[in-house]
Amino acid sequence: MTPPGADMQPKLRILIAKPGLDGHDRGAKVIARALRDAGMEVIYTGLRQTPEMIAEAALQEDVDAIGLSILSGAHMALVPRILEVLRGQGQGHVKLLLGGIIPDEDLPALRELGVAAVFGPGTRTDAVSEAFLNAVGEGLARG
Amino acid sequence: MARLLTLIENQTQEGLDGLAALYPHTGRAHVVGITGAPGTGKSTLVNELARAFRGNPEDDQRAAAPTVAIVAVDPSSPFSGGAILGDRIRMRDLSGDPGVFIRSMASRGALGGLARGTAGVVQALDAAGYDKILIETVGAGQAEVDIARAAHTTLVVAAPGLGDDVQALKAGILEIADILVVNKADLPGADSTQSALRATLEMAHPDGGGLATAGHHAMVEEQPAPAEGWAVPVLATAAIKGDGVEALAKAIEDHRGYLIESGELAQRERARVRAEMESLLRDLLAERFLLRQSEARFEEALEKVITRSIDPRRAVSQLVLEAQAEA
Repeated sequence: MTPPGADMQPKLRILIAKPGLDGHDRGAKVIARALRDAGMEVIYTGLRQTPEMIAEAALQEDVDAIGLSILSGAHMALVPRILEVLRGQGQGHVKLLLGGIIPDEDLPALRELGVAAVFGPGTRTDAVSEAFLNAVGEGLARG
Repeated sequence: MARLLTLIENQTQEGLDGLAALYPHTGRAHVVGITGAPGTGKSTLVNELARAFRGNPEDDQRAAAPTVAIVAVDPSSPFSGGAILGDRIRMRDLSGDPGVFIRSMASRGALGGLARGTAGVVQALDAAGYDKILIETVGAGQAEVDIARAAHTTLVVAAPGLGDDVQALKAGILEIADILVVNKADLPGADSTQSALRATLEMAHPDGGGLATAGHHAMVEEQPAPAEGWAVPVLATAAIKGDGVEALAKAIEDHRGYLIESGELAQRERARVRAEMESLLRDLLAERFLLRQSEARFEEALEKVITRSIDPRRAVSQLVLEAQAEA
């Protein structure tokens, strides 16, 4: 019999952050709740996060993936910077997923940079949860 | 460090080995527990306290300031097993300070408000050399007792208008407090909340012996409280403005001084270790037993209890006896 409270599988730890000056966080909160309902532990850091703050939180919390919510259109400036700081800290293995207003033409460039997945408005929350699970799973498989 | 904490949290062999290796280096840090009902502003208060301990960033003395680790525990969803750990939001001011480490933990089903892995995480941070370890948790039923055991100094935070003056009278909450804090003191009703708390303290200890001393002793050994002891202060803060935080930081330091001078630190440490070992023993025995227990036999016993042919206590008793007989 399995003892109660025994962890069958380690919990996924996900950081959800809104970098830059973007002020609308409802989407990020919806995603945070969806990930929690999918059994993940979500470190929700909220608005106006700098790349340094995001990387620091990712490091201390030893997260498996980061979900960035960007509605301001500043993703092409923010994402490279965030990836740079993460790699500089030895956090290159942390998967980055992006949600918000991201024009289709930027998708290839983002993929190139190493972003694991991008979600536009209207993406179903179960698709988002699955994407996080897959992204982290991939990383684990590659070892 | 962060990686090790994850291993400890997940109770992997690597984590347990790591803990075993660093345990001899623990015992230096001042562990401060902060509990209280939701909505009392604990996270903001923790943020301000950490800032107070760290001092001014421009100060040359910064390098000598105490380093602070914060462990913020939030409840896991009993349905999905997931959690939203949102305490970091209140701690933006601390980012970029290399002398501060913030770790969020989910309770993962633990009933006491502290996660099962919290003790290990605190020990790792202690061994790593953090001078102050602030554990923040939601007060919920038995949570207060857990944190009082894990911490040297326990703060119970109340806020005006949340019905806390009534709640505070609930046995257990006041008894474990070394320092009572009325946060959001800028709101109306703060004065009456403070008075109500002071009155309750006085009722329990008309000779001014200090509630906390008796509480801790009563939990540990049956001993009458000493005549002098720590008088539990009731402090007012408005964390969001930073008011009253310096005084609170000082009270925390004073309490540590008192613990050391009075020898109570050693007593509490003994009680803490005892409680931790008993808890680990219970967990280990239950785990060992359940792993050997056949699912089928348990289900059989479950059926008997449901159909009222046997009561649950006897059913469990029988299971244990049968297992022992077979061992």
